[in-house]
Amino acid sequence: MALKIYGLAMSTNTTRAMICLHEKEVDFELVPVNVFASEHKLPPFLNKNPFGLIPVLEDDDLTLFESRAITSYVAEKFKEIGPDLIRHKDIKEASLVKMWTEVESHYYDPAVSPIIYEYFVAPFQGQEPNKTVIETNMEKLKIVLDVYEAKLSTTKYLAGDFYSLADLSHISETHYFMQTPCASMINERIHVKAWWEDISSRPAFQKVVGGMTFGQNDQK
Amino acid sequence: MVVKVYGPHCASAKRVLVCLIEKEIEFEVVPINVLEGEHKNPEYLKLQPFGTIPVIQDGDYTLYESRAIMRYYAEKYRSQGVELLGKTIEEKGLIEQWLEVEAQNYHPSAYNLTVHVLFPALLADNTPNPKVIEESEAKLVKVLDIYEERLSKSKYLAGDFFSLADISHLPFTDYIVKYMGKEYLIKDRKHVSAWWDDISSRPSWKKVLELYSPPI
Repeated sequence: MALKIYGLAMSTNTTRAMICLHEKEVDFELVPVNVFASEHKLPPFLNKNPFGLIPVLEDDDLTLFESRAITSYVAEKFKEIGPDLIRHKDIKEASLVKMWTEVESHYYDPAVSPIIYEYFVAPFQGQEPNKTVIETNMEKLKIVLDVYEAKLSTTKYLAGDFYSLADLSHISETHYFMQTPCASMINERIHVKAWWEDISSRPAFQKVVGGMTFGQNDQK
Repeated sequence: MVVKVYGPHCASAKRVLVCLIEKEIEFEVVPINVLEGEHKNPEYLKLQPFGTIPVIQDGDYTLYESRAIMRYYAEKYRSQGVELLGKTIEEKGLIEQWLEVEAQNYHPSAYNLTVHVLFPALLADNTPNPKVIEESEAKLVKVLDIYEERLSKSKYLAGDFFSLADISHLPFTDYIVKYMGKEYLIKDRKHVSAWWDDISSRPSWKKVLELYSPPI
């Protein structure tokens, strides 16, 4: 039975899981969840994820939610196929991958996501982007990106000179971030910019990027 | 050479200490005075560039982020002490899921309550924000309702086995239960309360509290 991912093609968290599945050359089916009709907050979806969030992975009788747990599971289960995203043969490298995934989760994403929200989601609700929210989070992101710039001037990718889940974890939210006026924060840091151009050009990401739209191309 | 854990009195460091004790790994601690801003000193920032606690040094290997550190030691010392990563890949997947749940859904609210109610000196303006306290508690209530349902079906979060996912909840839940007057959040939920009594009575947690009690 093929793996199923319940989620949406434009969701950062869903695409985080899908990029990983593509890197590992795993067949899967994307089952759309109509979040605009609150399908994710009602049964039967709530039986899959009681927190009412996408994505959810179904692999035979295993149901998993939380995108970073899904990528961790997929990368481990299929560790012998495709690129070594988790450095499973070297526990120190493996743990540096986990450390930088934690950094993405606790420092990068919380600064980037509100900025994405203000530029992409607020307009859908008829609101102007909130300048205070944007500025506050740009200040937080500046600190994070300065650390990244220093690290990426010493290694090609975050956990070392190897692409890993830690880098992959950043792709979806950064893709949207680069379409906001704040993209200059990435572009003006030469090593972060080079890293972004590298990881976003990977074929696995190219397979999902087409679905990552809020319809902004239709807007003036 | 023995692993050094920086900042043992801080809640996040305690996740690591419990894990090390459960895995029967010797360690040393290096106290860091957060209230005096020692974690923002250049020497500390060389080890942990984000200026947060904890960080470990194990020979020439440096690692930060408490959940990453736990995963490292639980994996490295798989064959000794208590098994904290489950027995199968599927069990490990569920442990990862509930570790993420703790990190994404539980921790932010528990952390806000801790800082605003107990350690407002850590805030930029030293002033607790009642709105933050109220909203954090409301979010935590929703999360704990889901935990109650989950723990009515399995003894621990990832299944009928104790794991890193349970350990991750110890430090901040201890603050909630003991020092804030909000113990009802845990105690009023039958299965969450039983789970809390179980995990907080483990010798590893008692030892950590005995040695590195928070500065309250």
